[in-house]
Amino acid sequence: MAVLLDEKVRVVVQGITGNQGSFHTGQMLEYGTRIVAGVSPGREGQEVHGVPVYDTVEQAVELHGATASILFVPAPFTADAAFEAIDAGIKLVVAITEHVPLKDALEVTAFARSRGATVIGPNTFGIISPGKSKIGIMPNHIYKPGPVGIVARSGTLSYEIAAGLTDAGYGQTTVVGMGGDRVVGVSFIEMLQAFEKDPDTKAVVLVGEIGGTAEEEAAEYIKDMSKPVVAYLAGKEAPPGKRMGHAGAIIERGRGTYESKVKALSAAGAAVAELPWQVAEHVKEILG
Amino acid sequence: MKLFEYMAKGVFTQYGIPVPKGKMVTTPEEAGAAAAEIGPAAIKVQILAGGRGKAGGIRFADDPAGAEAEARQMLGMELHGYTVEKLLVEEKLSIDGELYLAVTVDSSAKKPLIMASASGGVNIEEVPEGQIIKRHVDVPWGMRPYIGRDLARRLGLEGGLARQFADIAVKLYKVFESTDAEMAEINPLVISGDRLIAADGRLNIDDEALFRQPDLPRTSEATPLEAKVREIGLSYVELDGDIAVMANGAGITMATIDVLARYGGKAMNFLDAGGGAAVEPMAQAMGVLVSTNPKAILVNIFGGITRCDDVAKAIIHVKKNQGIPVPLVVRLVGTNEEEGVELLRQEGIQAYRSMDEAAARVVELARGGGN
Repeated sequence: MAVLLDEKVRVVVQGITGNQGSFHTGQMLEYGTRIVAGVSPGREGQEVHGVPVYDTVEQAVELHGATASILFVPAPFTADAAFEAIDAGIKLVVAITEHVPLKDALEVTAFARSRGATVIGPNTFGIISPGKSKIGIMPNHIYKPGPVGIVARSGTLSYEIAAGLTDAGYGQTTVVGMGGDRVVGVSFIEMLQAFEKDPDTKAVVLVGEIGGTAEEEAAEYIKDMSKPVVAYLAGKEAPPGKRMGHAGAIIERGRGTYESKVKALSAAGAAVAELPWQVAEHVKEILG
Repeated sequence: MKLFEYMAKGVFTQYGIPVPKGKMVTTPEEAGAAAAEIGPAAIKVQILAGGRGKAGGIRFADDPAGAEAEARQMLGMELHGYTVEKLLVEEKLSIDGELYLAVTVDSSAKKPLIMASASGGVNIEEVPEGQIIKRHVDVPWGMRPYIGRDLARRLGLEGGLARQFADIAVKLYKVFESTDAEMAEINPLVISGDRLIAADGRLNIDDEALFRQPDLPRTSEATPLEAKVREIGLSYVELDGDIAVMANGAGITMATIDVLARYGGKAMNFLDAGGGAAVEPMAQAMGVLVSTNPKAILVNIFGGITRCDDVAKAIIHVKKNQGIPVPLVVRLVGTNEEEGVELLRQEGIQAYRSMDEAAARVVELARGGGN
């Protein structure tokens, strides 16, 4: 079992003819993702890595039964692309694009909620269920199937941690990037709930960072979880008030500090690793 | 992007929110002239930070001569790290009460959040939770007048004040929505006799939406180098250590700084080369890093959308064209790793696989150790 994504999910790539869209379509196909169609307005009839390209998502759904979508669409057009996907009946939208306006993210999440669709991102590396499928831009070789679920705010940092786990012999059920923006689709809690229910997931790793209160809210749920949680948080040494890239990574008004997050997670029973590579050591202690 | 108070109030005025009569000035003489027009005046420094009052950034004058004298003292003063270049000269209000009103985004609920309090005028973080009224707004439907009426009632306002408050709440939401704001705040919203007036205003605009807000004024808090790299399309931030850091992604960049600290090193700045930047902009931005004269440079890349061969090409480009006169430690793994490592090897640069080893090594080199 895996959460949200397995080898049967049929994927459409929006923005497939662009540089990133085309490159990562190749990478996903190589990993075994079932990419059934691409969308690029005005490019209908073309093929990218053998995948047929259409003008609209609706065609990809009708002709190929796509149920999930990945967006490689420039930020000003990301909300429109997400609306198109959700309106066409897509149930899982993965929005890779960064620099999406906050208001657009609010509108997309509201629309997704009303249609019962799940949005991952924006500003995410996507989702991977190792050995089954991936919808995202993560490197293919750093994962392997196994008992650990990972949910992260940050892409590269989660690669670091997944690779550390894989090297230590601990594979993953599913790895999800929530996205680094202030408003994103799925939250830590929704993913923790999914991992709690998934019989194959034996431990969960949460990769967070300073800013916002998502980790503190996650801690509230972790209290009630039966499965062990290991957390790593970036930004211990970040100077207050500096914008470190992610819109969420701003320390302001005393909230969302490293200390408050460590305190909340520790009190909830999670093991908090001080350094990225210590996550694997904690998992080893827990799973043996 | 934060707007100055006078800019925020300019926007508020466009949306019909009452603000005090006032004028932005940049010289003592202009301040005197403004006071002559306005009468007894409040003179307020215009900086992109709060907490001005306690720091002596708000003063009062009864006549033009007094206003000019105060302005002479205030212009050029250092406040919270900013040099005061602009002042707002405003009519001095008679204050019968101070309310708080703001619209922001609640990341957890994924909805706009309206906050109101009868305890305005101080830092809202210090107001007890029970004295702040919070209401979410559903994005598709927006702010409806009844929400404003409800807030006014819960604040204990009556009659004309209640009507004015409800109206201002709707208008402030309109400002928030129309300007792509992250936050629109009136603190205090002053009760002056039978009128409500926005005595102070803050408006923070979402940087990612500036492309569709051409009519809004612009401000920048970036240093010249930060602005230069931002123009290239990447993110660069100055810190106060001596090791230059290039990584890809905000999370790994922060983790890199944490790991450096673990080994006793301190980052001087960092460049976030994430987001799949092309070779040319990456090389340009890296050139900026080199030009800051760090003691050593750490490049820490775990490639996803960023390709290791592109990073290697950028490094080689800088080495050949600009030269890298300080120790360079490169950690390179992820997408197209083999190609990247091979390109670097041909140039005599060894790439590390582990972040731990690379961080330890760069700290050692920055201290003058190793070779």
